[in-house]
Amino acid sequence: MKAELILQRRATAKRRWRRPSRKVLLMTVALAGWSFLYGLLQPLSSWITQSLLRLSVDTHFGSAVEFFIYEAPKVLMLLILVVFGVGMLRSFVTPERTRKILAGKRESVGNVLASVLGVFTPFCSCSAVPLFIGFVAGGVPLGVTFSFLIAAPMVNEVALVLLFGLFGWRVAALYLSTGMLIAIVAGWTIGRLHMEKYVEEWAFKAQVGSGPMLDARLSWDDRISRGLQAVREIVSKVWIYILIGIAVGANIHGYVPADFMASFMGKGAWWSVPLAVLLGIPMYSNAAGIIPVVHALLEKGAALGTVLAFMMSVIALSLPEMIILRKVLKLRLILTFVGVVGFGILIVGYLFNLLL
Amino acid sequence: MLKKLQILGTGCSKCKRLTEQVEQAAKELGIEHQIEKVTDIEQIISFGGMTTPALAVDGQIKVAGNIPSVDELKRLIA
Repeated sequence: MKAELILQRRATAKRRWRRPSRKVLLMTVALAGWSFLYGLLQPLSSWITQSLLRLSVDTHFGSAVEFFIYEAPKVLMLLILVVFGVGMLRSFVTPERTRKILAGKRESVGNVLASVLGVFTPFCSCSAVPLFIGFVAGGVPLGVTFSFLIAAPMVNEVALVLLFGLFGWRVAALYLSTGMLIAIVAGWTIGRLHMEKYVEEWAFKAQVGSGPMLDARLSWDDRISRGLQAVREIVSKVWIYILIGIAVGANIHGYVPADFMASFMGKGAWWSVPLAVLLGIPMYSNAAGIIPVVHALLEKGAALGTVLAFMMSVIALSLPEMIILRKVLKLRLILTFVGVVGFGILIVGYLFNLLL
Repeated sequence: MLKKLQILGTGCSKCKRLTEQVEQAAKELGIEHQIEKVTDIEQIISFGGMTTPALAVDGQIKVAGNIPSVDELKRLIA
C-alpha cells in the first residue's frame, strides 16, 4: 500500500516536471517572431509607401497611406498579443473563483475587488442573468455584484488596446482609471440605497450549486488553446472595425475642416456631455465597433471628455442587456442602475473637458 | 452506457457553436449519447454554473463560459 502511494507520488512529480510541450515551445517562437515583426513595422511601412508605391510623405495622400500601412498592422498585432494574454489569464480567473473571493466581503473593499476582477473574469452579456443570480444567491452583496457587472463590459482589454494604439497611453490610462472608478462608486451607491427588495424574489432563493472548479486541472497546453480561442473569437469579430477606424483616422486629416465637430461637441457646448450619454444608451456596440466613431469625433475637434462619455455610455449602458436583466431586476432597480452609472459618466465627461 | 450531454445556454450563437462541437466530439468518440438543450435560466443555475454556454455531462458541469476544442471536449466527455 505504502509503496504504491510512493510510486504514485513519483509519477505525479514526473508529470509536473516533464519537458515543455511542443505547443509551449511553438508559442515561445511565435512570441519572438511577434516582437521581431513589431520592431520592423515602422521602417517597413516607410519603405512600402516611399520606395514601393513612390508616394511622397509631404502630400496629403502619401502621409495618409503611410499612416494606414503603419497603424493598421500595429494595432492588430497589439490586439492579438493582448487578447491572447488575457485569454490565457482568464483560464485562471473563473467566475466561480471570483464569487468565492467576493462572497461576504465588506462593501467598500468588495466594490474595489469586484471592479478589478470584472476586468479579468470571462463574461459575455448572454451570461449576465445567471452570473447575477449566482453572485447574489452565493452571498455577494448587491452593490458589489453591480460593481462587477459595470466593470466587466466597460473596462475590457479590447477597449484598452485600441485606445492605447490609436490615442496613446494617456487616453487609455484615463479610460481605465475612470471606468473602474465609476464601477466602484456606482456599485457602492447602489449598495447604500438598499434595493434588495427590487430584485425578483426567486433570485435569492435560487438553488446554487457550489459551482464546479473546472479549471484547476488545466495544463499549459489547455491554457494556450484558451488564449488562441480568444484570439480567434475576438479578432475575427473586431478587425474590420479597427481597419475602418484607422482608415477614418488616416483619411480625415484635411478633408473635413478640423473644427467641424467643435461647434457642437467641443468644450464650449455644455449640453454636449449629457447628449452624448443619452445618445449612447440605445446604441449597442462593443468597444471595437465604437472606435471608428471615436476616432472621427476626436479628429474633428470634439472634446475628449465628451467623446469618452459617449464611448462609456455605448459600452456600459446597453438597452439589450437591460432587457435581459429585467428577468431578475425590477424596473426601479434597472432605472437606478442607469441613473447612477449615467451620472458617473456625466461627471467623468465634464471633468475631462474641464481638466484637459 | 448512455451519456447525457446537456448544453446550458439561453440560445446565443456561442451555444450553437458549443452544440456543434459537442456533437462532433461525441461522434468521434463513438459513444452512445443523448444531447439536450437547457434554455431555462432557473434550470441552468441549478446546475451550479454561472456562465454560458456550458456543458453538463451526466448532470455534472464540465465546461462553462467557453467553447473548448473538439479534442478537449473528447477528454471531458469520455
